[in-house]
Amino acid sequence: MPASRHFCQKVPQATPVAVFKLSNDFKDDPNPMKVNLGVGAYRTDEGQPWVLPVVKKVEKLIVADNRLNHEYLPILGLPEFRSSASKIALGEDSPAIQENRVGAVQCLGGTGALKMGAEFLRRWYNGNDNMKTPVYVSAPTWENHNSVFANAGFKDVRPYKYWDAEKRGLDLAGFLGDLETAPKHSIFVLHACAHNPTGTDPTHVEWMQVAEVMERRKLFVFFDSAYQGFASGCLDKDAWAVRYFVTQGFEMFCAQSFSKNFGLYNERVGNLTIVARDADNVRRVLSQMEKIVRVTWSNPPSQGARLVAITLNTAELFAEWKDNVKTMADRVLLMRASLQAKLQALGTPGTWDHITQQIGMFSFTGLNPKQVEYMIKERSIYLMASGRINMCGLTTKNIDYVAKSIHETVVNVQ
Amino acid sequence: MRQTCNSDGGVGSTENVQARGITLLSIFVDTPTAEPNPETKLLADFKTDTHLRKVYLAGREYLNKEGQTSVSPLIGKIMQQICTDPTLCPEYPSSFGLPEFTRRATELVLGRDCHAIVENRVLGVQTVGCTGAVRLGAELLKHWYNVSGVWCGPVYLSSPCDDSLAGIFEAAGIQDVRRYRYWDTEQRGVGVQKMMEDLEMAPEQSVIVLSASAHCPTGSDLSQKHWRLLTQLMVRCRFFPFFLLPAQGLCHGDFQQDAWPVRLCASLGMELLCAQSFSHSFGLYGERVGHLLCVLKQSSTLLAVQSQAEKQVRALWSRPSVRGARVVATVLSNPAHHVEWQEGVKSMVERGILVRERLREKLRLLGCPGSWDHLIQQGGLYCCTGLNVQQVEFLEKRRHIYLHPNGCLNPQFCLAAPPGSLQRRHTPKLAVWLCLSTHRIIRVSCLRSPLPSL
Repeated sequence: MPASRHFCQKVPQATPVAVFKLSNDFKDDPNPMKVNLGVGAYRTDEGQPWVLPVVKKVEKLIVADNRLNHEYLPILGLPEFRSSASKIALGEDSPAIQENRVGAVQCLGGTGALKMGAEFLRRWYNGNDNMKTPVYVSAPTWENHNSVFANAGFKDVRPYKYWDAEKRGLDLAGFLGDLETAPKHSIFVLHACAHNPTGTDPTHVEWMQVAEVMERRKLFVFFDSAYQGFASGCLDKDAWAVRYFVTQGFEMFCAQSFSKNFGLYNERVGNLTIVARDADNVRRVLSQMEKIVRVTWSNPPSQGARLVAITLNTAELFAEWKDNVKTMADRVLLMRASLQAKLQALGTPGTWDHITQQIGMFSFTGLNPKQVEYMIKERSIYLMASGRINMCGLTTKNIDYVAKSIHETVVNVQ
Repeated sequence: MRQTCNSDGGVGSTENVQARGITLLSIFVDTPTAEPNPETKLLADFKTDTHLRKVYLAGREYLNKEGQTSVSPLIGKIMQQICTDPTLCPEYPSSFGLPEFTRRATELVLGRDCHAIVENRVLGVQTVGCTGAVRLGAELLKHWYNVSGVWCGPVYLSSPCDDSLAGIFEAAGIQDVRRYRYWDTEQRGVGVQKMMEDLEMAPEQSVIVLSASAHCPTGSDLSQKHWRLLTQLMVRCRFFPFFLLPAQGLCHGDFQQDAWPVRLCASLGMELLCAQSFSHSFGLYGERVGHLLCVLKQSSTLLAVQSQAEKQVRALWSRPSVRGARVVATVLSNPAHHVEWQEGVKSMVERGILVRERLREKLRLLGCPGSWDHLIQQGGLYCCTGLNVQQVEFLEKRRHIYLHPNGCLNPQFCLAAPPGSLQRRHTPKLAVWLCLSTHRIIRVSCLRSPLPSL
């Protein structure tokens, strides 16, 4: 064997992805009472993943359909998926759609959509080289936002104030302040609804204030919409912010994920919706997107997109899907209400209204890192160091245990 | 109401926008229209061609007798099983993909007894097709080839190579992409001497992208003797091989033989990357089933490389899609399925060889100048005719027959009526005859003739 120096001899170990490590630790824990409140996926009351009934139905349709082939999809994806996915975000009667100034790129989940948007912006937004254009992500945010934009070549990814730990709510003044002081043309990543990880969304009035500043300061709007339908149970309600910005005349990107609201976690169904001034701009943007897609994954995978497209474009299936989504959202709301009620009944120190005020899959409990460590080590309840819990990890069977554990933790650990 | 007309003929209302004093100029106003990639342009030209007997020979897929991509009954059955399997749950897969898939994909290339596998110095990552594998490989090289700085190349690609390869490395931030001479027009085969000359000049630690078998787009591969010479050179010059293996089994009908160069390098203790695709061998193009194999020198580096790979995948697509990989894993893990699948692949290869032989025979019968033996010496999906740019243009513009500009074509498209052809409805068998002369006009004729059954 040649003794030549090998190139990966000194490869540094990357810091492990936190949520993956948490899942692994949970798996290895022998405690029968263990609860996993760290994963970002829906669970039934039996603690199981849920294949939506409409998804099962459509899968059978696809398998039985002889006309469907396994050819490459077009580079930008399945056309009927792209247009119906954009309609879901923007609304059927969106002025932008009617004015033919909406385009879309089918991507590998929400991550893929963010990636394509980021790669495009780094190349073409505001001049040809945007490595130094600031990209603002909320503090806190989904930790992959940082990686996606940094790996796309943006050198300056910064936080904007969002979560007020004391108030346990939105730091509106801080948010607006950062918008005012951001350099013009900065890119802002906004959570369309069900903010991850805090579960705290701006109200309509607050969104209007955000929009006003962003318009005045020419900031770029990049929505991340991973939970549409999942937050309130209603697709239109959850899309209010995105649609408001469209009516205000903004051009924008909206990265959509169908992982959660279709339960298609492993088929990687995402869509990057592009709203521009007119069709010609859309056309040019899409031509550049095609180039970017071609050197990343060439063509997107067909199964998930086909499934979503059939569902969205068939009236009865669409209705059934909305119903399935509401089922999931309702269970989350029920767990929120239960947890809050139990903590109040136990007399747990502090206020717990934020549990029911927050929305979507996640809740920022307000537990500090020491308390989180206690929960994990002493109670085998796994949650993120930030205090974020996945409400879907709660069931009618484990909610008492979790509530008592939180109570014990808050009382004993400061 | 003031309206703007755009070049697509659509109409956009700007009254509301104006009323709010928003600038009419789009953020995207300076975004130019991208040059279409050559393959897209060729297909678009073909589609707008109204000629009745137009033929498209530049397709990327394997076709059956009906001129369509298809999956075997075995694959169809497995897909059905997977669809109705109640034990499968819709969980996020790991960033590395399905473990059963990566294990089998790794074994398929290296062989189960490969030292590198036994010694635990192999990493397999499920990717989004072969493109995804190359992109991930490029990102990995960039981030850890040179710990003290960011490594930027050089990467050497064969001339010619797949259109998108250079762009993939550039997108990963590796700007120094160079070429080594590969296809020799005069010899109508691999110009080994020129290739070695070019590589001798490459700086140490260059990454050399090599086609393990069924080179795209020429179909011409190195002999085993030449592979041995090349690997000696690579070891001496400390090059890093990055193999492309998009159609293992479809070159020689033999999985071991098609992966032989990779196994050779692994047996010599080299580090390497290998980008694989299962699109062709399973007919699962739309499912994007790819794999990146990393062979390391020491098992102690495996964890570090694994963690870096996870980090890169997270920022690219987070996790791959599962369905296609599940089908492949199911087949490769079941000995009976595996055998049935391999038989299917062998018959695809036999059919491919038949087409090449028919092409060569027709050209001989026509008295076509030059030697056409290279058509049957090449293997896999592609074939390089040796036609020059002017001849290819003639075929396109005057005979409405579409080849890659470099003279390469997919012989399968000669045999059956290709997609888009008006004759597809009648499913005749088409054979394209190429007769060329340095002095005369190229003649092409279409022949209706029955295919001998295989």
